[in-house]
Amino acid sequence: MKRSQASFNMISYLILFFGLGLVVVPFWYMISTAFKPQTMIFEMPPKLWPVPSTLNNFVKALTTDKFGLYFWNSMMVALTSTVLTVLVSSMLAYAFARLKFPGKENLFYILLLGMMVPPVMLIIPQFIVAHWLNLYNNLWGLIAVYVTMNISMQTFLLRGVFENIPRDIEDAALIDGGSPWTIFWNIVLPLSGPGLAVVVINSFLYSWEEYTWANVNIGDAMHRTLPIGIALFQSEHLTEWGQVFAASLVALVPVVIIFIIFQRYFVQGISTTGIKG
Amino acid sequence: MFSNHTRSQIIPAIIFLLPGFALFIIFFLGPLLYSLRISFYSWNFAHPERSVWVGLKNYVDQLANPVFKRAVLNTTVYTIITVSVKMVLGFIVAVLLNQKIRGRAGFRVAYYLPVITSWVIISLLFSYMFSGQSGLVNYILNDTLHITDHDIMWLADGILALVPVVLVDIWKGVGWAAVIFLAGLQTIPVELYEAAAVDGANRLQQLRYITLPMLRGTLVFLLVVLLLGGLNAYVPFQLITRGGNPMDQTHSILTLMVRATFSRLDFGSGAAISYMLTLVVFGLSLLQLKFLRKPEGE
Repeated sequence: MKRSQASFNMISYLILFFGLGLVVVPFWYMISTAFKPQTMIFEMPPKLWPVPSTLNNFVKALTTDKFGLYFWNSMMVALTSTVLTVLVSSMLAYAFARLKFPGKENLFYILLLGMMVPPVMLIIPQFIVAHWLNLYNNLWGLIAVYVTMNISMQTFLLRGVFENIPRDIEDAALIDGGSPWTIFWNIVLPLSGPGLAVVVINSFLYSWEEYTWANVNIGDAMHRTLPIGIALFQSEHLTEWGQVFAASLVALVPVVIIFIIFQRYFVQGISTTGIKG
Repeated sequence: MFSNHTRSQIIPAIIFLLPGFALFIIFFLGPLLYSLRISFYSWNFAHPERSVWVGLKNYVDQLANPVFKRAVLNTTVYTIITVSVKMVLGFIVAVLLNQKIRGRAGFRVAYYLPVITSWVIISLLFSYMFSGQSGLVNYILNDTLHITDHDIMWLADGILALVPVVLVDIWKGVGWAAVIFLAGLQTIPVELYEAAAVDGANRLQQLRYITLPMLRGTLVFLLVVLLLGGLNAYVPFQLITRGGNPMDQTHSILTLMVRATFSRLDFGSGAAISYMLTLVVFGLSLLQLKFLRKPEGE
């Protein structure tokens, strides 16, 4: 018994490290390319680390082509979308988990439609609506659509979280005369940390990396977000991979930070949501 | 006492639902219906009132269009391969990481890194690694593994160009599938395994009779979300094959839709393509709802 356990662990490690290698190689290639001088970009065999290495790509990528501005735009859009998504979907989820009102089931299923329809298919009419509302070429046009495309899934997840909070706590507050709003704000939200962490990660990632809608809705350079900036930069400087990946690495920093802050709660958070047997 | 609550909760319910549903109606439901309407017209974007009703023509034209058929084939093959590989690998990783082994947290974060890296970045990265001359992949195949003796022009061939597209999706997606599986695994009570071990069940039997049945909901959820994601593939196709190159052989359904709409300004055909895709996706989702609905009610 002991023996088979040890060999099973051995095999586990072998597989896990092999997988780790597959994950790491492309990242390593991206990082080492970002530090390569342009003359070495197509040099073979690839070296583990470029000699001489250079910070030039970072300097050039960040000073030309307004990457600083794109970064700022992306940050504003992602933070605002995340805050609004958390607020709006937890309010929806609370109503569906706890309040009693007519048509609840049907409204919930209508909301779930949002999980079923491919976001890209709505791009044409959303583009038209954005024009009507003067949101074309406007970061708020991105935010409104990102929040909308996120709320179905996140509400679905949070409803599961809220339903698992023991009712006694809320009932006690209700008897003390608490309104649904104070119960929601002072009891339900503070008890849902891990679940909310999942929503924060999901919505930040989505709005930080979204490409398709931003590409359609943003026309002028002043309002570009990072994914658009990087893709355009690559199509204009086809072989300057060093700069492309230097910019990409900078774009990665915020999501990695957000993920590291919230990842402790991540797996636990997912298990408190509605996804389970 | 409860009937009092019922009456007093309609107004709070409206307040809680209003912001979400306002957005949902303006930016989701409205557009959904509007796009259905566009799909029946030869749509004039600048002057919608001059659009001409053409009935099902946009749909019929697309169904007869060889580029559309090829895009449907590409998307289907891509979805089947990526979904099955991600499910299997994700499950293996999750089972391995669900043991008490050293470095578990580190592995978890590492496997999740591709998930949080944006599609744009990794699509560009893979097209760089798969470039014909002096790409990393050709170097490994030629000079390290000696499988091939010449550089393969991955992106110049209608079928080979799909290889990096499929691989990038698998590379990015395994970590996500693994985390969802892990979350599911953690809800399975340890006592079940202990009892099974006492009864002499080996690991494979435990997997077959405890883990898989207990993960039913997770499996259904993952399967459907991954299927939808696969059918909706857009960015990797767009950035790796540059929107269908070579010769429109490598479109996904959505790259074709976006091109019809925004390059050719044929909004009607774009909307028709979207609606055909949506019908398929909607059918799949109804199946999901059927499986996910709690059997006992509330």
